[in-house]
Amino acid sequence: MQTFTQRLANPTQFMRLSARLLPWVAGLAAAIIAYGLYLAFFVAPPDYLQGEIARIMFVHVPSAWIAMAGYALIAVSAFGLFVFRHPLADVSAKAAAPIGAAFTFLALFTGSLWGKPAWGTYWVWDARLTSVLILFFLYLGLIALRSSIDDETLASKLTAILALVGIVMLPIIKFSVDWGNTLHQPSSVLKLSGPTIHSSILTPLLVIGAGFLVLFVAMHLKAMRNEILRRRVKALQLAEVARAASQVVAPAE
Amino acid sequence: MDLGPNASFIWTAYGMVAFVIVGLITWLVLDGREQQRRLADFEARGVKRRAGPEAVTARSEN
Repeated sequence: MQTFTQRLANPTQFMRLSARLLPWVAGLAAAIIAYGLYLAFFVAPPDYLQGEIARIMFVHVPSAWIAMAGYALIAVSAFGLFVFRHPLADVSAKAAAPIGAAFTFLALFTGSLWGKPAWGTYWVWDARLTSVLILFFLYLGLIALRSSIDDETLASKLTAILALVGIVMLPIIKFSVDWGNTLHQPSSVLKLSGPTIHSSILTPLLVIGAGFLVLFVAMHLKAMRNEILRRRVKALQLAEVARAASQVVAPAE
Repeated sequence: MDLGPNASFIWTAYGMVAFVIVGLITWLVLDGREQQRRLADFEARGVKRRAGPEAVTARSEN
């Protein structure tokens, strides 16, 4: 009997299963985010210190979480490509890169907008902001490296190596606020001692975080489906070229 | 809803998030349609992935 991951290893099975799942996952994401936005604007009180501007946190922090989760998924997929040779590992890594890059951009952009009124500046070259900027460039590097190589197998291996090397950025980002002087506030949700945010603000944050995570899953499923179809198109193009070449050679023999 | 003197920062942040997410969704849907269209085109022309009697015509799955 096949395990779940073995069944998923077959692209045709994956296409069938994802087609059934995708509308439900997308709908669930929309519902959770809508509820989270309601909590963020109509239930959560203004922050006692920063006032209304702290509401940017409800999209800034989840974007940063997804930026890091997206990169972790790429690294796990790269590991799956090298160790298990999973047929969909490279599809997963390739599909996650542009989505992760978009959320990393959102984390930087919304953080910058929060920084101006809170810190008096849009940007400082401190450890947290700079390490997230490097993560953004790492995403762009993965996309650029893959698109610069025509050989799909070679491109998948080289991007997988870069992805695995780049995983070092995730702990650097996580602990950057503890290692040096920074304007960025220290961790207040993902702490061993538990969150230090009041539940009235923590709840909408976690709800939107869950919504963004489900949204990422939906987008990733769709991007994987597109990539599988793209590879089928490419295989058909090659088959057509091979058939045309054989028809040209045949009369000459 | 009164978001105070920094309302423009808040709305710009949420606006950009909405813009990027809608843009991503639009790109994913259009890209999927384009790949489906190209697959259907190959199918209509009878192009198969493998040669020989066991050849299977590539089908697009929704």
